[in-house]
Amino acid sequence: MDMKNFAFILFSAILANNYVLKQFLGICPFLGVSKKLDQATGMSIAVTAVILLATAVTWPIQHLILNPLNMGYMQNVSFILVIASLVQMLEMLLKKFSPSLHKGLGVYLPLITTNCAVLGVTTINIEKEYTYLESLVNALGAGLGFLLAMVLFSGLRSRIDECNIPKPFRGLPVTLIAASFVSLAFIGFGGVVESIFT
Amino acid sequence: MNDILIAALVISGVGLVLGILLAIVSHFFAVPDDTTFVTIRECLPGINCGACGYKGCDDYAHALAEEEGVKPNLCIPGAQTVADQIGGILGVEAEPFEDVVAFVACNGHCDATHDQNRYDGVKTCHAAAQVHGGPGACNYGCLGYGDCAAACPAGAICIKDGIAHVDTSRCLGCGLCAKVCAKGIIYMVPQDTQVVVMCSSKAKGADARKACQNACIGCKKCEKNCPHEAIHVANNLAFVMYSKCTGCGQCVENCPTGCLKKVFFPDLPEGTDPKSLLEE
Repeated sequence: MDMKNFAFILFSAILANNYVLKQFLGICPFLGVSKKLDQATGMSIAVTAVILLATAVTWPIQHLILNPLNMGYMQNVSFILVIASLVQMLEMLLKKFSPSLHKGLGVYLPLITTNCAVLGVTTINIEKEYTYLESLVNALGAGLGFLLAMVLFSGLRSRIDECNIPKPFRGLPVTLIAASFVSLAFIGFGGVVESIFT
Repeated sequence: MNDILIAALVISGVGLVLGILLAIVSHFFAVPDDTTFVTIRECLPGINCGACGYKGCDDYAHALAEEEGVKPNLCIPGAQTVADQIGGILGVEAEPFEDVVAFVACNGHCDATHDQNRYDGVKTCHAAAQVHGGPGACNYGCLGYGDCAAACPAGAICIKDGIAHVDTSRCLGCGLCAKVCAKGIIYMVPQDTQVVVMCSSKAKGADARKACQNACIGCKKCEKNCPHEAIHVANNLAFVMYSKCTGCGQCVENCPTGCLKKVFFPDLPEGTDPKSLLEE
């Protein structure tokens, strides 16, 4: 339970086990909102906030309410409930404090509710039997990893937009190909984090 | 039994707590909707047809309420009434609204024309048009697979004898059919149009006639006979300038193929709510 352990969880969530590029969770906003850098960053920060808050709320629910009552099977239902309300809350706050971001994110904001990265992180936290602090660190790492993937990919997409692409590949096909290459690149981190921190 | 009860109670308890939390947040951080937006949105028909060029009624209402210089007369299903209402709210004079209806410029029904190729592909105009421009002998005419009928939100288009027909008493004028028509032969024409050319063939006279009995052969008889210079022939095809046409019918009488027709487009029955025409 030292710093090394936290650092390991954090960096493996950001790099080696990146939730978007290695575990393929949250692909929808990854492809949908990565067109412009500022929107991609805004979306990632929103997702990071939701993942962190959701973890902070769902961990106690699992360990203080569901586990003592032997109701582990209600995990998905209750977690989705929490995530949905958190997203709703976030939407209200964004509408109040950053209307431009609220408008820019549009339909993708409510879609965070069904973003499997959020549900995935919260359930993986329980599955791996992380402590409360470890869960929060893992959530932070997942959020930062999402941010990293989104920023990298939106940069890539703006470069792609300027290129002269063969007609059949324009639009979605080339985006998916680019996504696969970014994912391939992240395989390079496999083992690096483990060898540094363990 | 007890387990189910406890599970239900616990989940509803969690839901209740979260609900109360949400209510508190929404109370303190609520952003009231712009009142102009709300009143404008109430005027619009709410069928989200997109004829105004915006994504839907909400989007158009937002643009009207927040941006300068957005015209209040863009809602086609709402017509003049809505344009006046919106103009009233915004305090601007709405420009006169021109009511339009969809018109299919083809009369190549099954008896008049024939197929040249056999087409067994997907039964949509969009797909058929990509194979040598469609199976019909005429390369300009209606394909009759009904992409337009599928796009029409009011069910005003039906396919009869192999070509599309518009029931103008149901047509909202949204123009969705004109956008999806693979051949681009559906035009939005003014409601008070009196004479139309029921053909889109730009083929030379003899070729056009061979392909379809009802084709315009570009003989210019109509052009010569029109007392108001309202009809002209270009690219082997006659076209009517609706603003000059008086509906005298000289051209129709003299047309050798009958591709010119006198028409009367009935308007939507007075006081019809466009929403009532929408298909479930």
